[in-house]
Amino acid sequence: MDVIEVKNLRKTYGRTIAVENISFVVHEGEIFGMVGPNGAGKTTAIECIEGLRRPDHGTISVLGLNSQTDSRRLRSITGIQLQNSNLPDHMKVWEALDLYASLYSSPVDWRVLIGQLGLEEKRDARFCKLSGGQKQRLFIALAVLPNPRLVFLDELTTGLDPQARHAIWDLVRSLRSQGKTILLTTHFMEEAEWLCDRVAILDHGQIAAMDTPDALIQSLAGEERVSFTLDAGMPPELEKALSLLGHIEYQGSRVIICGRSTENMQLAADVVNTLSGANIRFRSLQTVQPTLEDVFLQLTGRQIRE
Amino acid sequence: MRGGPQMRRLYKMTWMECKLFLREPLGAFFTLIFPLMMLFLFGSIYGNAPSQYFNGRGTIDISIPAYTAMIIATSGLMSITITIAAYREKGILRRLRTTPISPFTILAAQVIVVFLMTLLGMILLIIAGKFVYHVHFEGNAFSVFGGFVLCSLSFFGLGFILAGIMPTARTAQIVGMVILYPMLFLSGAGFPRELLPETIRKVSAFLPLTYVVNLLRGLWIGEAWSAHLLDIGVMVGLLIFGVIVSIKTFRWE
Repeated sequence: MDVIEVKNLRKTYGRTIAVENISFVVHEGEIFGMVGPNGAGKTTAIECIEGLRRPDHGTISVLGLNSQTDSRRLRSITGIQLQNSNLPDHMKVWEALDLYASLYSSPVDWRVLIGQLGLEEKRDARFCKLSGGQKQRLFIALAVLPNPRLVFLDELTTGLDPQARHAIWDLVRSLRSQGKTILLTTHFMEEAEWLCDRVAILDHGQIAAMDTPDALIQSLAGEERVSFTLDAGMPPELEKALSLLGHIEYQGSRVIICGRSTENMQLAADVVNTLSGANIRFRSLQTVQPTLEDVFLQLTGRQIRE
Repeated sequence: MRGGPQMRRLYKMTWMECKLFLREPLGAFFTLIFPLMMLFLFGSIYGNAPSQYFNGRGTIDISIPAYTAMIIATSGLMSITITIAAYREKGILRRLRTTPISPFTILAAQVIVVFLMTLLGMILLIIAGKFVYHVHFEGNAFSVFGGFVLCSLSFFGLGFILAGIMPTARTAQIVGMVILYPMLFLSGAGFPRELLPETIRKVSAFLPLTYVVNLLRGLWIGEAWSAHLLDIGVMVGLLIFGVIVSIKTFRWE
């Protein structure tokens, strides 16, 4: 079943086109990511879907509701984490949970939630005293407080250190395992790759590609690179055998094979098999897999982080 | 709790905002403490002996309604303005907007809390005046309370307008103060207008706070509402203007 259905969504601010005619669906129980650089239109798109912004054109159906005309009802059954929002500085963690719980008709018990999100010892801390990661965990708590089937997470881990980021990722995955559907935006390709079942890559307000991260990488990313060091030099017959697997580059005694893995051919395994079959001693074998970052580069010709 | 979900939300929001107000030292100071300091300062200078300036009433007798006007102005132009502008700028309103709460509930909670704090400020003044300076109260308590409610809501409206039309919280705060401070001294709220020269008294006719001082001082000494039709008219006009403009200028972000 489709939880979100977006058809021909378009939103402009004056002359700037923030989102240009995008369409996609989000299936029940998946983590769907809108990824792309800052300014690609991700936040505008997600806020239109949440019912916080009015699109110029297009239809959006969320949990069977029209996100424009039923926005109040939608807000009572979805959980939303915003990119830029705050709580009053002097509000304590438990007070925020207690207050927001009172805004919903059948919220989950925040006393349980506070433990699940690792905020138990910050229960009486004021919002302004929390670290970035703790604030984000509190916002996730507020987003799941209404016990929603659908959770929106906008730039969840921006500004967090890697450790806090990984902790947040674990939390998001645990939401999916509870059967919740998640629509998120991120400009971290690594985050999208780690978390998302499917991603839509946004650039200049348009969807440049949409699929599972693996499929996108398979079909669009540059080549995989397998490198190793040969102290004794490259015998010509080995070079010939390796050149069947991919393009060969040399950096001193370092050999780099650039090629593509397919379903029945793993580049790294083939390189190793060829080397050991020829009885060649090698060391420091490394493989570099292509990432969504490479997919983006391939699609747009530029790096995601300028 | 009875009264449906919106009432329960309003109650929760109001209680939360009450706690937040008292945790914010600046707002609590100007609403609750500073007027008492003024009272004790001028009380220690002039005492509350009957004075020819004030038709035989003492300085403190006429200062309590004037300082109440000062609290009303501070609440409207500082507490309301700063809170609403900062809530918008920091994204606190945005966060609330993602929930089913109605904007009316958010604003109502804010008005109730600031009103209660303003009322508390006045009560503290009356208690201090009664016990330390034995002030004379010649009016009707209900009548004074009615005037207090009208003037408070009118000035809160001004605060909402400022918060609505100023681009940032910082400018809203500065503009609020720039309007507030001269007005406190020229309207008779900070000290009796009888002490001001004639030319400056003419300026006060253009300041809305002057009408608050007139109305509250009048009701305090037992004058009838009918003797203050101009003051009431200005306040009612300001209130209507405030409600219309603040609805038109309210922004979530």
